[in-house]
Amino acid sequence: MSTGVTEKTQTTIGGIRRKFAPWTDPAAVPLIRYENVSKRFGEFTAVDNLSLDIYEREFFALLGPSGCGKTTLMRMLAGFEDPTEGRITLAGQDIVGMPPYKRQTNMMFQSYALFPHMSVWDNIAFGLKQDRMGKGDITARVEEMLKLVKLEKFAKRKPHQLSGGQRQRVALARSLAKRPKVLLLDEPLGALDKKLREETQFELMDIQMQLGMTFLIVTHDQEEAMTVADRIAVMDHGKLIQVAPPAVIYEQPNSRYVADFVGDVNIIEAKVETVAPGNVSLYTGIGGGAKLSIAQNVEAKPGDTAFVAIRPEKVRIDVDPPAWQEANCLRGEVWDIGYLGDLSIYHVELEGGVRIKAAKPNLTRMVERPITWEDKVWVSWLPDSGVVLTR
Amino acid sequence: MAAKAKGRWLVLAVPYLWLLVLFLVPFLIVFKISLSQDAIAQPPYEPVFDLAAGWDAITDAFSQLNFDNYAYVLSWDNEFIEAYGSSLWIAGISTLLLLAVGYPIAYGMARAPKSIRPTLLMLVILPFWTSFLIRVYAWIGILSPEGLLNQLLIALGIISPDAPLQILATDTAVYIGIVYSYLPFMILPLYSALEKMDETLLEAAADLGCPPFAAFWKITWPLSLPGVFAGCLLCFIPAVGEFVIPDLLGGSDTMMIGKVLWTEFSVNRSWTVSSAVAVLLLLVLVVPIVFYQNVQAKEMEGR
Repeated sequence: MSTGVTEKTQTTIGGIRRKFAPWTDPAAVPLIRYENVSKRFGEFTAVDNLSLDIYEREFFALLGPSGCGKTTLMRMLAGFEDPTEGRITLAGQDIVGMPPYKRQTNMMFQSYALFPHMSVWDNIAFGLKQDRMGKGDITARVEEMLKLVKLEKFAKRKPHQLSGGQRQRVALARSLAKRPKVLLLDEPLGALDKKLREETQFELMDIQMQLGMTFLIVTHDQEEAMTVADRIAVMDHGKLIQVAPPAVIYEQPNSRYVADFVGDVNIIEAKVETVAPGNVSLYTGIGGGAKLSIAQNVEAKPGDTAFVAIRPEKVRIDVDPPAWQEANCLRGEVWDIGYLGDLSIYHVELEGGVRIKAAKPNLTRMVERPITWEDKVWVSWLPDSGVVLTR
Repeated sequence: MAAKAKGRWLVLAVPYLWLLVLFLVPFLIVFKISLSQDAIAQPPYEPVFDLAAGWDAITDAFSQLNFDNYAYVLSWDNEFIEAYGSSLWIAGISTLLLLAVGYPIAYGMARAPKSIRPTLLMLVILPFWTSFLIRVYAWIGILSPEGLLNQLLIALGIISPDAPLQILATDTAVYIGIVYSYLPFMILPLYSALEKMDETLLEAAADLGCPPFAAFWKITWPLSLPGVFAGCLLCFIPAVGEFVIPDLLGGSDTMMIGKVLWTEFSVNRSWTVSSAVAVLLLLVLVVPIVFYQNVQAKEMEGR
């Protein structure tokens, strides 16, 4: 599980120290603007009155389940679809209706879409030749790209003579060769195995930093989005649910949908008891009205239904009752254990039937764990570990 | 293990047996006749192998075989070489016309909505429901001076009733007939090549700055070449030997080798010369077939 804090963004929650965060600067001019964009295919609304700003040099991820409209949103920028309503501007220019071959965007396709009858070299040179670039310049640029993706030795090969990872690199080099204003990546790493995917994610970040380009990535893989992106837009049913840096998405989701989609989470239904600045107290139906306390400003009034979301790695699990607090302590029984090597996930059934997951790092090499099936345990967390969600 | 090897051998033997019985044996018979001499006899050539007559008779028969018929066919004095040339020319032009007509149709079919593609395919094959001969006869009714085409043009006032277009009994009619008859054989391989093509390749081309028309020549056309070769050969090879269409639609000056062969065989009753014509025709056609196989082998490598 990624903690979501990437080296590049250096985002601290609440946000004082930020290296790169043009979206917090009201004077910054976005490179890409979606303004009230809708896209309908017959009866189906793929993108629903959506507005979004993306800034230069940003690595922006569109995250969501399949069919949420993220790919359509990207294809409208590439020019393969035109919005039914709304305006899209790129560097201040309205690009709606402009054919794809005139746009300064390039796309890396999910299927790579390499031209099978052309060599690696010709694939990369294809876009440059369209621009009627000089022969020497093309050679120089193609060689630069081959070097960037470490495929110098494969220039003469045809796509079918390459491995999946190598094809992925050719596709990347081809889409980068024209130095587009925006590089669009449509599930770029979907076809790679896990290890290669993780390596490539870091390479993508390196390349983006090196070239100083704006990257827009579409993915359904939340870890991928968390790793590479400066900001993530979580989408559902054609709408943006939350747009924020990865750490904010993970630690301060604005809805149960986001909390649940990104990472693993326990969601407990509760009723608001008291609301104070910086704190909210809730009570649950678990174990005869256990109290929960979350350090957070919430717009709610006593008696409202709210949901407490708590990540498994923030849940402590103990055999003895923790003495250090009254709230956020729940009693239960170990119902199942998932041993993942680095972590063990304890599924604890609380009094009242609610199940909660607690992740505990396996710090020692003991094979026998002190907590095992059907043990009576306490789960607990700190007031600033959980988050209260009202939608 | 042994049983498995035997099974495999059997499976391989079946197609080879078919080839032997249906292609090689008939060819050898024709080849043998082409080396024989005409005779007033039944069958009308000699020598005739008689296995019952013993070994000496057979070796004697072999010694009578020669290449005289080939020398006759290949002599400039006779019109065979001209007929070969004219056949290749007519078949070549027809193939180009077929490609020009068939490609847009196949392209349109391959880009049509998936749900109606089977219907379109069905429509392409539909003419086969009617006999080939009847369909060619129908063209006489269309192309003749008082035929449907001329009537229509006269009714529309495009041509005067006194000067109907003289299409029937010309090479033009042969081209029309061949293009019409062979069109499915051109469309089907083209369609299968075009349908296989990944449309995202065109999106990728557009994305990289290539307008649609250029993308067609840089992406679609090269990727459809296997279909183009297959379609062209499927049309060219039978068109070279075509007999019915030039006979029914062409004029007396339309020289095609199929017609010449038929005349030799049934009018002149020279089995030997017509066999030599057929064997030479086969040799002429082996060239494009070998060429096609090379292309195909390369294509297989490319997969």
